Amino acid sequence: MPTINVNKKEFLKNIGKKLSDEAIEEKISMMGVAVEEVKDNEIIVEVFPNRPDLLSEYGLARAASTFLGTSKGLKKYNVNESNYVLRVEKTLENWSYAVAAVVKGLRLNDTKIREIIQIQEKLGITFLRNRKKGGLGLYPLEKIKFPVKFTSELKEKIKYRPLEYPKVLSAEEILEKHPTGIKYKHLVQGWKKFPIFIDSKNTLMSMPPIINSHDVGKITEDTTDVFVECTGPDFKTINAALNILVTALADMGGRIYEVKCVYGKKTYIIPNLKSEEVKIDVDYIKKRIGLDLKPYEVSRLLEKMGYGIKKKGKDLFALVPAYRADVIHQIDLAEDVAIAYGYDNLKEEIPNVATIAEENKFEVFKRKISNVLTGLGLLETHTYNLTSKENQTIKMNINIKCVELLNSLNEEYNVLRAWMIPSLIQILKENKHNEYPQNIFCSGNVFSHDSEKDTGIKESIRLAVVLSSTNANFTEIKQILDSLAKALDFKYQIKEVEHSSFIPGRIGRISVNSVDIAYIGEIHPQVLENFNLEMPVAALEINLSDLYGLIIK
Amino acid sequence: MIDPKTYKLFSLNNSMDIKRLIESLSSSEKKVIPFLEKYPYFSDLVKNSKLPDIEVHRALQWLESKGVLNIKTKENKIVLLSDKAKNYKELPERILFNNLSEKELTLEEIKNKTNLNYQEINISIGLLKRDNLIEVIKDNKNLKIKIKNTNYEKKSPEEQLFLRIVEHPKFFNGESFTFDKLNDGDIRTFENLKSRGLVNIDTKQERLAILTDLGRQLVKEKIDLDIIEQITPQIIRNHEWKNKKFRIYDIKSEVPTINRGKRHFVDQSIGYIKRIWLDLGFQEMSGDIVQTAFWDLDALFVPQDHPAREMQDTFYLGNKGVMAKGKLPEELSTRIKKVHENGYNTGSKGWGGKWSTEIAKELLLRTHTTVLSAKTLSKLKKEDLPAKFFAVGKVYRNEALDWKHLFEFYQVEGIVVDPYANLRNLLGYLKEFFRKMGYTDVKIKPSFFGYTEPSAEIFAFNPVKRQWVEVGGSGIFRPEVTKPLLGFECPVLAWGLGMERIITNYYGISDLREIYKNDLKQLREAKEFLM
Repeated sequence: MPTINVNKKEFLKNIGKKLSDEAIEEKISMMGVAVEEVKDNEIIVEVFPNRPDLLSEYGLARAASTFLGTSKGLKKYNVNESNYVLRVEKTLENWSYAVAAVVKGLRLNDTKIREIIQIQEKLGITFLRNRKKGGLGLYPLEKIKFPVKFTSELKEKIKYRPLEYPKVLSAEEILEKHPTGIKYKHLVQGWKKFPIFIDSKNTLMSMPPIINSHDVGKITEDTTDVFVECTGPDFKTINAALNILVTALADMGGRIYEVKCVYGKKTYIIPNLKSEEVKIDVDYIKKRIGLDLKPYEVSRLLEKMGYGIKKKGKDLFALVPAYRADVIHQIDLAEDVAIAYGYDNLKEEIPNVATIAEENKFEVFKRKISNVLTGLGLLETHTYNLTSKENQTIKMNINIKCVELLNSLNEEYNVLRAWMIPSLIQILKENKHNEYPQNIFCSGNVFSHDSEKDTGIKESIRLAVVLSSTNANFTEIKQILDSLAKALDFKYQIKEVEHSSFIPGRIGRISVNSVDIAYIGEIHPQVLENFNLEMPVAALEINLSDLYGLIIK
Repeated sequence: MIDPKTYKLFSLNNSMDIKRLIESLSSSEKKVIPFLEKYPYFSDLVKNSKLPDIEVHRALQWLESKGVLNIKTKENKIVLLSDKAKNYKELPERILFNNLSEKELTLEEIKNKTNLNYQEINISIGLLKRDNLIEVIKDNKNLKIKIKNTNYEKKSPEEQLFLRIVEHPKFFNGESFTFDKLNDGDIRTFENLKSRGLVNIDTKQERLAILTDLGRQLVKEKIDLDIIEQITPQIIRNHEWKNKKFRIYDIKSEVPTINRGKRHFVDQSIGYIKRIWLDLGFQEMSGDIVQTAFWDLDALFVPQDHPAREMQDTFYLGNKGVMAKGKLPEELSTRIKKVHENGYNTGSKGWGGKWSTEIAKELLLRTHTTVLSAKTLSKLKKEDLPAKFFAVGKVYRNEALDWKHLFEFYQVEGIVVDPYANLRNLLGYLKEFFRKMGYTDVKIKPSFFGYTEPSAEIFAFNPVKRQWVEVGGSGIFRPEVTKPLLGFECPVLAWGLGMERIITNYYGISDLREIYKNDLKQLREAKEFLM
């Protein structure tokens, strides 16, 4: 999740309240961001992805000032009329929307420019999903001649000097050479035409969502008025992103001017900072939080979260700020009411409701087996279901098909295990320095391909027991099996089979009611050698899922 | 452990003590005592008492703890015959001489007859020739040897010393020939033998038992061997005990450890955690680890472009770069599609955009046990309400293994499906759970999880460490999650807790990898989960 660094002095000045470091940490974290650190003149907060409007110093201060009570309700943003026009030619199917606004009267300095870049970047990474859902751009207004056009161009024909680069490059070269081009080239991979902004003098302004032109798209300390745009595949998303950026610029001291965005016959006046009216369902909110709140209390709490309140007859409406992109359901209002009330003020309550507990029957069965085995002096171990293909097959002297992972970071854990014994032999390998006998067991999941299943994968729970000591042998391990059979009251048949992990003539297949459920035998010395073991090993592996089905009616 | 230096069962001052001391002797001690005065060295004691090493070792330790003797370590130089000399048993020149006669023999014939090597043969020829005992004849290129003087009675100093070393164990009960038995003159002779590779010196740390005053007194006492050691059925049956004494045991002495069978501490903890939820009236959920993205994410209203779906966070199934896919429940997936695209009948606006069945079909290792909750909700009927469920199950994150990251770990999941459930109830259940887990307080802070609203991060107060520990996430499932799964509207409280975090606190483990290391010594010694 993204973190932002906030200037503590500026922040406190913006909310108009003096707070100790402890109070900042305590109060701000109850507002719905995680405070990572409060330093001398810096606050580092982690912003949750549902609140992109808090990704700037100003956004955070705006929320904090209503939350802490230095201001109240919906913050008004004026949008001044103007004659700025953006013509949007919907020529690209997957990057067809553009919106824009103008902000004037900014007094920029180095810190403020860095703040603007931080908002732009963090919005791009989180809300706009690494620019997959949109890209933001800013330009000094005086460099642009209106009307501006958003269109597209064959990539071979695009040539301009990208931001902070010493010379003019072709579109292809930008994607190969410019750091931002390299970073985002996957977004336009395979496109024949690239989206571009050009002004009325045919100056190429930028190639969204990659990079601006250095000549007309670079903000400096001399810049006072800016043209701001956002482009992307979804109209709603880019409007929300633009609103968040524009309101932050206004909070920085700027005045917002409209841009008429012309889509053929339809014209949108942007930015649309009109708050949406959502009817407040007081009962619903009360029920979800578990508080007996009066309507006026709900209103007051919503105002604390920056909402406006409007009354129409008996009904109450919440005016949702235009920068809040996350309010999509009544439950979102309920959460904000709870946050405003204070999670720390909620009194816990266990409802007086009778429900009947029930443990999973198979889990009970498994636990009983573990208890039988510990009664026999065996030590339980706990192993991962992920393992290496080599351990499962080559080292065990056998060819078994394992379910493979597509993207494991670690060679040692690249498959789901097909059987349990290798996991336990691996434990023996790692415990050669410890006292013998090492008589251990483990239950866990094993995985195999099965087209009958929705996932194509069959999962079973199996139990493995291995005995390792100078006198570990078939008799010892069969005694364990017999004890289990007695304890669980089942009869088994045993037949001779071949299995290359075991010593020939000392390996048996166990079946119950003619269903094969287990292997039992002495591990082949070749396998022991593969695991660098010098102590004999006798082993047993039982499919507990199958056994359960066979003996529990 | 008893420190033998400070702890003495018996003192010399009391004559009664000697009697008690004798009654306390074990049979091994009694077997060793007669040899103590003569053979202080451990190895000699073993040889002479004819007891196994370990028995002598234990007997000495016990005797030391009783103040009979002190065990010291001494460095001994021991003279040993070299491997080849061990076979000769005599000096090579003697062997050579004994194999010669009037008949001339070639070197090869000598070698075959004596089994000496050429180097030894050459040295021996030189020595014997010097003493004029043999004649060396040059025949063409071959040397031939025959005897010249049959009187070779006189033994050289080397031979005398060699025989002393060879025969020492025979005369001294198998005792080693130590270097300090050599006088100044012997040492030069010894060096000669050493340069011929016939003897070596081996330095050995040797333990020896030095009798104390009490010990010296004890060895003079008559020790009754006819007292009862281990009581046996025979002794009871035949009343043999009636006129005999029982040996007095040192009841404070340490006994060998028994390795008992036991449950793994993680499984013990899981058992306890399950018990808590069962006590609170919850039913246990279980299910598969391999799931479609549909059940793990889409059914929980996680948008399809959410970062959690990316390769670096989630384990996907597949082979050679090709993603494996599963099947979707037909009717439900059309509902979920609508919820994602426009909110459907949930009162929500949805995420917008197109929802892809192909992305939903991707197979993954469940990233949370919340997938079990989703499946449970999809089967729940209105008449089953209110209902409470829990699971303790393995979940997966594609992380490199290090001290604070596991790729396979446990989540403690819980849901409460109740038309009247609210946020305060959620806090109530969590507080009760953590109280039973030994945490004195629980607080929640606002947070964000895509499928809950409100969402809360849970912190529990560890009264021992006096600190708040982040233990998991919780919230009320969004209507976009519950309505399509249940088919009706109902609040569902939900939480997912990190189990390892709770365990490491209890067992004082700081490196998460320790939990599943399976070091058998650690497992054998780990305390029980006592709560």
